[in-house]
Amino acid sequence: MFKEVGKNIQRVDGYSLVKGNPVFTDDIDLKDMLFIKFLRSPHPHAVIKSIDTREAEKMAGVALVLTHQNTPRVPHTTAGQGYPEPSPYDSVMFPRKMRFVGDRVACVAAESPEIALDAVKKIDVEYKILSPVFNPEDALKDGAPIIHDEKDSSGILDPKHNLVGEVEVNVGNLDAGFGEADVVLENRYEAHYAQHTPIEPHIVITYLDENGRLVIRTSTQVPFHVRRICANVLGISIRKIRVIKPRIGGAFGTKQEVYLEYIAAYVTLQTERPAKFELTRSEEFTSRTRHPIITVLKVGARKDGTLTAIDMRILSNTGAYGSHATTVMYNTGSKVLPLYRCPNVRFEGKVVYTNLPVAGAYRGYGATQGYFATESMLDEIAEKIGMAPVDLRRKIHIKEGETSPIFDALGEGKKGIPQVISSSKLPLCIEEGFKLIKWKKKPKEEGKMKRGYGCAIMMQGSGIPAVDMGAATIKMNEDGSFNLLVGATDLGTGSDTILAQIAAETLKVPTERIIVYSSDTDFTPFDVGAYASSTTYISGGAVLKTARKVLEEIILIGEKMLNESKENLKVENGKVVSKKTNSSVTYREIACNALYETNQHQIIASMSHISHKSPPPFAAHFVEILINRGTGKIKVEKYVACVDCGTAINPKLAEGQVEGSIINGISYALTEEFIFNKNGKMRNASFRDYKIFTAMDIPEMKVVLIPSHEPSGPFGAKSVGEVCINGPCPAIANAIYDAVGVRIRKTPFTPERVLKAMGEIEHLKDIHKMENY
Amino acid sequence: MQIEVKINGVLKKLETSPGERLLDLLRRKGYKSVKRGCEEGECGACSIILEGKLVKSCLIFAPQVSGHSIITLEGLSPKGELHPIQQAFLEEGAVQCGFCTPGMILATKVLLDKNPHPSEKEIKEAISGNLCRCTGYVKIVKAIKRVGETLNKNV
Repeated sequence: MFKEVGKNIQRVDGYSLVKGNPVFTDDIDLKDMLFIKFLRSPHPHAVIKSIDTREAEKMAGVALVLTHQNTPRVPHTTAGQGYPEPSPYDSVMFPRKMRFVGDRVACVAAESPEIALDAVKKIDVEYKILSPVFNPEDALKDGAPIIHDEKDSSGILDPKHNLVGEVEVNVGNLDAGFGEADVVLENRYEAHYAQHTPIEPHIVITYLDENGRLVIRTSTQVPFHVRRICANVLGISIRKIRVIKPRIGGAFGTKQEVYLEYIAAYVTLQTERPAKFELTRSEEFTSRTRHPIITVLKVGARKDGTLTAIDMRILSNTGAYGSHATTVMYNTGSKVLPLYRCPNVRFEGKVVYTNLPVAGAYRGYGATQGYFATESMLDEIAEKIGMAPVDLRRKIHIKEGETSPIFDALGEGKKGIPQVISSSKLPLCIEEGFKLIKWKKKPKEEGKMKRGYGCAIMMQGSGIPAVDMGAATIKMNEDGSFNLLVGATDLGTGSDTILAQIAAETLKVPTERIIVYSSDTDFTPFDVGAYASSTTYISGGAVLKTARKVLEEIILIGEKMLNESKENLKVENGKVVSKKTNSSVTYREIACNALYETNQHQIIASMSHISHKSPPPFAAHFVEILINRGTGKIKVEKYVACVDCGTAINPKLAEGQVEGSIINGISYALTEEFIFNKNGKMRNASFRDYKIFTAMDIPEMKVVLIPSHEPSGPFGAKSVGEVCINGPCPAIANAIYDAVGVRIRKTPFTPERVLKAMGEIEHLKDIHKMENY
Repeated sequence: MQIEVKINGVLKKLETSPGERLLDLLRRKGYKSVKRGCEEGECGACSIILEGKLVKSCLIFAPQVSGHSIITLEGLSPKGELHPIQQAFLEEGAVQCGFCTPGMILATKVLLDKNPHPSEKEIKEAISGNLCRCTGYVKIVKAIKRVGETLNKNV
């Protein structure tokens, strides 16, 4: 039995957070701070013919104006990924060509934000306007405006057709598969733009330390990638940069981007003054977004539900820059298709530029868009063959001990790695969820309200296999406590706490004896950062190894102090105990012995961890909704999620991940939508007009963690952060069909879209002229 | 200009200007629990209590609170001992990133001060002006329910 793992230990940072202590990026005061504001492009596609900053520079209180004319032009990707990044090098600090409304023209650093804003207005820019392209299908056509025609970009597959990347994989024999099918269906599904909306927008503060080294204090998921990318863009050595990630106010993928840090850093290097760069809420909306993806899905099945062929073709829209473009595209196949037992599969993906806001990493990372298509389609197949949706789900999913050829064929931006599912309790998740939702066949409702039920199954991964690496250092103090230093990045998930629990369990001490310090490139070992559902599994693996090594050292000293051999010793409650005599030495005595008495040395270890597999967490979701036929409004009444994340290191924190991702997912499915004007400008960039769920909107939630044991994970753990955002879109689409018999294949399911689908209203005058690219 | 305002029970004389928002003044004076999330009154991260009411400090000019009494989260546990609401948030897992937490806790305080026996619906209404993107509100509602129950026992 575990003593620390599997327990609802309170967050190690909880006390400071509930007190509102100054622990976030912006909560420090530095003297002589400069404030930075952007001038952004009013045009979706244009070239700067001339730019005159003299009036701005003359203003009292303006320290510096930066444009493409006085900053280094170093092509890079803003995607905070491992090196070399699989995203194209298509960005520079300040481009001469504008590629979406909001692209960065210039910035002003001034004594106050107000002065900076006033000065921005005084910059005179003359643009040569170019034709934009917004529709991703049009962007691929011959003769479409070419968005990236610059010569120094690299990693773009076919710039002339705005094609960032493509992939095609075939396993089995697709034609034969469709030949064997009793039913073949083909449909088109569209998943829309969305923004993460962390309550803390992007913010960075830069300054020079007492030795003149650059310190970047930033709200990021990827401190080590920030250091590397900034060094490259600024043309300075990595050794001259220290990146600190304090507590951060939510991220969900949008802070896996590096694009404000080097600008603030450049201001600091030029002026030798601290600089702060914070996005406004409206800027945050078009900082980074979810890739809108069109999926054309063709599935063949036998009458008994056996899937014989899946042909999935996707077109992903990365907007103006290709951040995470190819990797998200790969993931739409690689994190979705292996869930289904099917011998004949084809996946084809294309990702294109358009003159719309830049997409990036968003919780779910392509899988969310993919599951909307596959899990909607499964219900359509189920109806054709006369099978209950839940029965079809019971039949078609991958099981423990099985593999999928897709694991090998598709990775993240490249070929994958074969793997066998070594832990899955998905069958139990489906049974338990089905029981809890109390699915009623043909529910009868009076009047306008119609009730419907829907379900979906899903998986994700745990880290990127053979890519993601985490490291940990543990050192022992003379009171028998331990400093745990990790590069891993707690973005509010509670990973500092979970990693402390893993260390405590291994070292056989209470978690309170572990002092965690994370995400500081000067003091903590490397970690790729918090993304791809990697922290518990990968960084946790590093902590486990490190703690084991420290424990070996402790036992070695215990041997000498007790004059016993290892075989006769056990470790319990912070003591090394002789099994023979029951005499013992405490950790405190061992640490003091090592530090002050015998063979003096610091008890310390550092270990790194990667994994050659990425064990998927699984989940089954069930939803009950009520639709008002008069207004088209959907009310989610009840949502049940049964989740296999292996061992939940901290069940309460794991539940929190599930609940948070589901509400984010329901909000995405029902109310969140980017509305553009004819110029490609987002018209609703505020919380007033872009509706995210409040406490009033949430349904009754039932979350059940169904433990499995993942042999490759720390204490049997897998990931839990992303998987559940994949469920709400398809589960609700399926429930809509169950309630009113219409199939909506385009998200979000807003009242007008529901009414339109039901034929209750005429084709709405397209108020969202350019919705949903 | 100078204003006199009682912050967390202590009368303060503070320099400000007619155009300064209360949010900026408070943060400038070190009340960092007051968070900047949208600056347009929509997210609730900058919530404070003004004369017993929950208000968004980004929508108030600093001079408007002259002669009034306000409470920020710093005022809830002045001696370091956690307020029962803070304790419940901590124990129920109602905190993830913690950025919305100060506003949420103050919204809870305003609710419970007026209504020590809130229903689930009343709880959800009371925090509906405070956005959280991490928790899905489930554990926040649970924590508030629990405080309500504990307070009732103590009464």
